[in-house]
Amino acid sequence: MAQFVKKDDDRDEEAEYSPFLGIEKGAVLQEARVFNDPQLDSRRCSQVITKLLYLLNQGETFTKVEATEVFFAVTKLFQSKDIGLRRMVYLMIKELSPSSDEVIIVTSSLMKDMNSKTDVYRANAIRVLCRITDGTLLTQIERYLKQAIVDKNPVVASAALVSGIHLLQTNPEIVKRWSNEVQEAVQSRAALVQFHALALLHQIRQNDRLAVSKLVTSLTRGTVRSPLAQCLLIRYTSQVIRESSMNNQSGERPFYDFLEGCLRHKAEMVIFEAARAITELNGVTSRELTPAITVLQLFLSSSKPVLRFAAVRTLNKVAMTHPMAVTNCNIDMESLISDQNRSIATLAITTLLKTGNESGVDRLMKQITNFMSDIADEFKIVVVDAIRSLCLKFPLKYRTLMNFLSNILREEGGFEYKKAIVDSIVILIRDIPDAKESGLLHLCEFIEDCEFTYLSTQILHFLGVEGPKTSDPSKYIRYIYNRVILENATVRASAVSTLAKFGAMVDSLKPRIFVLLRRCLYDNDDEVRDRATLYLNTLGGDGSVIETDKDVKEFLFGSLDIPLVNLETSLKNYEPTEEPFDISSVPKEVKSQPLAEKKAAGKKSTALGAPPASLTSAVDTYEKLLSSIPEFSTFGQLFKSSAPVELTEAETEYAVNVVKHIFDRHVVFQYNCTNTIPEQLLENVVVVVDASEAEEFAELATKPLKALPYDTPGQTFVAFEKPEGVPAVGRFSNVLKFIVKEVDPSTGEAEDDGVEDEYQLEDSEIVAADYMLKVRVSNFRNAWESLGPDFERVDEYGLGPRESLSEAVNAVINLLGMQPCEGTEVVAANSRSHACLLSGVYIGNVKVLVRLSFGVDSAKEVAMKLAVRSEDESVSDAIHEIVAN
Amino acid sequence: MKFCPTIKNVLLLDSEGRRMAVKYYTDEWTTNGAKLAFEKSIFSKTQKTNARTEAEIVMFENNVVVYKFIQDLHFFVTGGDDENELALATVLQGFFDAVTLLLRGNVDQREALQNLDMMFLCLDEIVDGGMILETDGNMIAGKVATHSMDDGAPLSEQTITQALATAREHLTRSLLR
Repeated sequence: MAQFVKKDDDRDEEAEYSPFLGIEKGAVLQEARVFNDPQLDSRRCSQVITKLLYLLNQGETFTKVEATEVFFAVTKLFQSKDIGLRRMVYLMIKELSPSSDEVIIVTSSLMKDMNSKTDVYRANAIRVLCRITDGTLLTQIERYLKQAIVDKNPVVASAALVSGIHLLQTNPEIVKRWSNEVQEAVQSRAALVQFHALALLHQIRQNDRLAVSKLVTSLTRGTVRSPLAQCLLIRYTSQVIRESSMNNQSGERPFYDFLEGCLRHKAEMVIFEAARAITELNGVTSRELTPAITVLQLFLSSSKPVLRFAAVRTLNKVAMTHPMAVTNCNIDMESLISDQNRSIATLAITTLLKTGNESGVDRLMKQITNFMSDIADEFKIVVVDAIRSLCLKFPLKYRTLMNFLSNILREEGGFEYKKAIVDSIVILIRDIPDAKESGLLHLCEFIEDCEFTYLSTQILHFLGVEGPKTSDPSKYIRYIYNRVILENATVRASAVSTLAKFGAMVDSLKPRIFVLLRRCLYDNDDEVRDRATLYLNTLGGDGSVIETDKDVKEFLFGSLDIPLVNLETSLKNYEPTEEPFDISSVPKEVKSQPLAEKKAAGKKSTALGAPPASLTSAVDTYEKLLSSIPEFSTFGQLFKSSAPVELTEAETEYAVNVVKHIFDRHVVFQYNCTNTIPEQLLENVVVVVDASEAEEFAELATKPLKALPYDTPGQTFVAFEKPEGVPAVGRFSNVLKFIVKEVDPSTGEAEDDGVEDEYQLEDSEIVAADYMLKVRVSNFRNAWESLGPDFERVDEYGLGPRESLSEAVNAVINLLGMQPCEGTEVVAANSRSHACLLSGVYIGNVKVLVRLSFGVDSAKEVAMKLAVRSEDESVSDAIHEIVAN
Repeated sequence: MKFCPTIKNVLLLDSEGRRMAVKYYTDEWTTNGAKLAFEKSIFSKTQKTNARTEAEIVMFENNVVVYKFIQDLHFFVTGGDDENELALATVLQGFFDAVTLLLRGNVDQREALQNLDMMFLCLDEIVDGGMILETDGNMIAGKVATHSMDDGAPLSEQTITQALATAREHLTRSLLR
């Protein structure tokens, strides 16, 4: 009761000053009628609009009718000359976001304001108009907007530029026409105008690498005043650096000087942006890092929390890749452990954990223990992750670290946090053999008092696998059987499975396990009873102690290599007959699951379920996919899979792309098909390939796709045989054939009979580049020397007239499909000659290096000298043949 | 990576974490409920910290939030997690300075509610659709506080309406008390 009274007091107090207490939508809408008064009371109107905005801001919504009514009433207020009121009108119109037929009502008023003498009107009218306008109206006002961009009032210019940035999303073709004006605005004296203009200019040109590079080159010479604009410029510069590839031999990186110069800028924002950009450079060297680390270190002792946070967060990231570079900051970091701001403290700790050396671990752990109790779970998880990697780095320190983990495991905490700890312990057990026994006991103690069913079952499963292999398995039995007595059915069931695993692996324990399992036969949950019965039978629990045979172990420990979805459908289709359900009849192929999804699933698998997912590249995924198809499993090692090539235009009925898989003696086309028509189900989908223009290829097998429902991608394959080791090329025409069945969209059921149909796809090609893997070499000169001149082949070619030198260079690189080294794919503007270095691996795993020298004459005739070195004479010749053709 | 510094929201909350004036610029929070939940949790997370002399900062749900408190008012600016923290802090400072100027130094809940129209205009002048529009508190306040007539209005009408309005307001205030 006392509480209620207190609340009332609060309300009273508030009532004194809140003009909005007890405000109600209906009443305010009534009040809005003052907008229609012939004698406008602008102050009153302002107040009503404020109330309306207040309601909207609190999350109140207006119905369509209400919104329209308010909108029309508000438009009347354009009559008033009160600037304050007009501002509120602008705001209201933006909040109401009127429909296109309503927009027309205010267009003329807004256009009038846009050309008014009052700058406040102009700037705001532009923003409102651009917010609510559509394409057609935009062309009408385009002229004014262009003028506004170069207006001498910075507020007006900024309004037009920012509106341009928003409009670029919806009407790019119109905004792109403004680039001259925008360019002029970049030179503005007003800081914010410069910032907005630069942002817009870059967005207009962002798909044109050359233009961006030019923009950066001209601006880095120093005309930018605004700190925000300078930050943008730093970001654009990093992009240019990223795209112009690796630093060359001399170690000079283009634009690095500019970034380093920004470290001495007077605005902290710019200094920080530059330091961060340097730390994020590809393959940054420690010499390049040093100046950036130095300024960040200064920030660490700033009085501003924001600055300390920014610095420590960046250093934390650097510590992942260059721990040595950050060690200089360790003293400053340690003082941050006691920082008031817990985010900063956590980041400092994890950084220290990454950079610390073996001798410092104990001291560090002491500091952290005090700190752990007063931070939130999400920070604790970060710390736990850092401790895990530290432990893997210094396995000798496992005792301290494992103790720390088990201590925090006993403390209060949410599921995610506990899971992070358990995962870490599991990983440590797996990777550090010495830590196994103590780790398992910690886990056992944890499940004695664990409120999370998921974690209990996962730990029990893990115990079942690891426990029997320890020196004294019997000591775990007590913990496991306690679960059967104390826990819920899910945990009991998995405890039964774990007991059975101990029984299967450790013969001396078998009789005792049987006793325990028999007790489980009286459990009141049927899953638990079923499992106990099953295990008693498989292990031979009827008295005779026999050697557990291999099948049983396989059954207990083996993993189910059948996709659960397939198993589920097969079980649903199974009708109880005399014939028992045969698990081997369940299809093993993963049904039409897009590759991206599979990858995501792979990443998510936790440490408990599977070994930590290694970085699976696309090739690995393809390899798995192909080897799971019996017809293709004999083709041997996959050499290369191309990137998907689209065979249909975007937004057609059926979207098909092809991935070319190259084997030593075979080529497999993988057609990824997507059906984009909800009313259709496609069955027996095949691609009929005509290889008459590819003489050396002989069709071997086709693997049709049984069904292709709407919006679930599926794959069909066609395999070809080709002569071994020969880089056969050819052109293939493709036709998609299938049976169409109509689908009732309401029920999702397909009709029984379908119609055969076909769909013409674009041609696919096998080119020489398909036989070449892009492989980078770290030092081209050394690699070149080590291959020796034995199989060097040099020749000269005329490439005829070309658009430009860089176009010619790119054409040759693409033709060969090799990796350009040391940034030599970039041709300096206006140069008359160019040298380019390429490396790659040719089919048959032959290393190939290529040196190209280009020259161009005044008639744009390009000549090229091609020098090839490889491990095999015939391959060197083959490269020349590719170019010669 | 997004090139332009982008603001996800700007919040002004009262001493109990209730909304005074807020503006969201992304559709990351689709419903009003989601927005309220965000405000509630960021408020309770930052409530105990001391952000009165210097702006503070926190990582929150993959966002960076900078915040500053004065009296019973709580200012927040949110950006994505790879945003330049100092750029966010500049926006916060601009917002904070502008409000201080507009409320003539009496920065508290009561004054802010009395002048809520200015708070809304202030939000409108700082960020436009996620794009930073102006960061200088003086400029922002200057743009908001133009409560005069435009050139087109006759001088006599201006003064009379203004005088009347002021008088009426004073009267209502004294009556309410």
